[in-house]
Amino acid sequence: MSEGKLSTKHLLGIKYINSDDINLIFSTAEQFKDVINRPIKKVPSLRDVTIANLFFENSTRTKLSFELAEKRLSADVVNFSSSTSSVKKGETLLDTVNNILSMKVDMVVMRHPAPGAHYFLSNHIDANIINAGDGTHEHPTQALLDAFSMREQLGNLRGKKICIFGDVLHSRVALSNIYCLQKLGAKVRVCGPPTLIPKYIGKLGVESSYNVEESLQWCDVANILRIQLERQDIKYIPSLREYAMYYGINKKLLDKLDKKIVIMHPGPINRGVEISSDVADSEHSIILQQVENGVAIRMAVLFLLASQRSIIH
Amino acid sequence: MHKGRQILSPQHFNITLLRLAHQIIENYPSNEIIYIVGIQEKGVILAERLIEIIKDKLKSPKIVFGKLDITFYRDDFRIREKPIVANSTQIDFDVEGKKILLVDDVLYSGRTIHAAMAALQDLGRVGQIELLTMVDRRFNRHLPIKSDYTGIQVDSLDEAYVKVQWKHLDGEDKVLIFSANNKNKN
Repeated sequence: MSEGKLSTKHLLGIKYINSDDINLIFSTAEQFKDVINRPIKKVPSLRDVTIANLFFENSTRTKLSFELAEKRLSADVVNFSSSTSSVKKGETLLDTVNNILSMKVDMVVMRHPAPGAHYFLSNHIDANIINAGDGTHEHPTQALLDAFSMREQLGNLRGKKICIFGDVLHSRVALSNIYCLQKLGAKVRVCGPPTLIPKYIGKLGVESSYNVEESLQWCDVANILRIQLERQDIKYIPSLREYAMYYGINKKLLDKLDKKIVIMHPGPINRGVEISSDVADSEHSIILQQVENGVAIRMAVLFLLASQRSIIH
Repeated sequence: MHKGRQILSPQHFNITLLRLAHQIIENYPSNEIIYIVGIQEKGVILAERLIEIIKDKLKSPKIVFGKLDITFYRDDFRIREKPIVANSTQIDFDVEGKKILLVDDVLYSGRTIHAAMAALQDLGRVGQIELLTMVDRRFNRHLPIKSDYTGIQVDSLDEAYVKVQWKHLDGEDKVLIFSANNKNKN
């Protein structure tokens, strides 16, 4: 048992935490979900903690969600985005972060385009680091909120079948989801065009399929990913129109199934490409619940990392 | 494991519980709803035991019971040796303007009660808060808080540890005190 304490000082990725950690985060998030549904959505837990949100890559949802989580825990928050900073003037990551830490920051929430940037930083600074996405590597809080949302729908995830559809190759959400779901005992499959399925994905113990209809029939939950055109330096698919035709999830496909499945999407959604509007807005979809759970999960992660004694110097 | 010194025997424990229940009955008009909120976890146990007795004494008392978790309101959660695990808050009534009886097992520094009052007031503008505790360690207070209903007063050193034991958890209802050098916190 984890006994109320995470096994790690940072949340660098799901790879580095265990199932006890995940369950502790979930049980804490359940209590925070209760808090954010009250008239006064705030608790004083982190009132003496300062958190820096360092976003070296664009983000709307994740940044907003982290900021809300921090504010609802009463932490002091400073925001930084690379587009308006000295990074453009040639400053290194370590220098930027050390400068910010000199202003007495206790925790760092960071998104960075380079995979492993957080790991590098964790060897150099004292503050707790939370990965809010590193390139195409990991996005741990998204995986946690996805699994938490699935658990709300299906109960225990052991033995449940989850299929990740779409651009797995460029997705940090996919990798974190795979680690997280496997640690919770679920079976994971990925489905998409051959060019967007990583070659060695089987080594993670994940099945792969190119058949959308058959995969929908197989799974209890379909987690649909966005085509990340901004990360594609070459053409992986002939056209978005063709992708939508062969790999887009639409109402017609769902109607063919003889069971009800849960539809998820980490956002931002491209309506009419990987998911059609009638699916995104259907009763199968829990996309907006995911967003709500995101705040609770991030509050839990921040609270649990802050409760580690190392933060008191 | 060291044994603590017994300061309230099982027999006296029940007499004390009975007295506390009677005091509540006495102080609340019979036509008024009694709002009782136990602080997770031991305060909840005490509150449930008191409610059991009140229900036994009155034919159909109007009692509304809630559970309050104060983990997110604690000021010591980052300096404690042992991490605290969040419990659930279950208060299914509107606290606005209500007179609430807050229940906990031991009143020590007053910090728990302080946090509980903050947590309660975050649920709405409470009318009035009263406090009931089984044990009052009256010389160890850090904050100016006192209880309205007290089971037993204990004069002890700061380093000592007082534990309320419960029949269904520990085999017997009793209160023990552990001295500074052989405390057995759990």
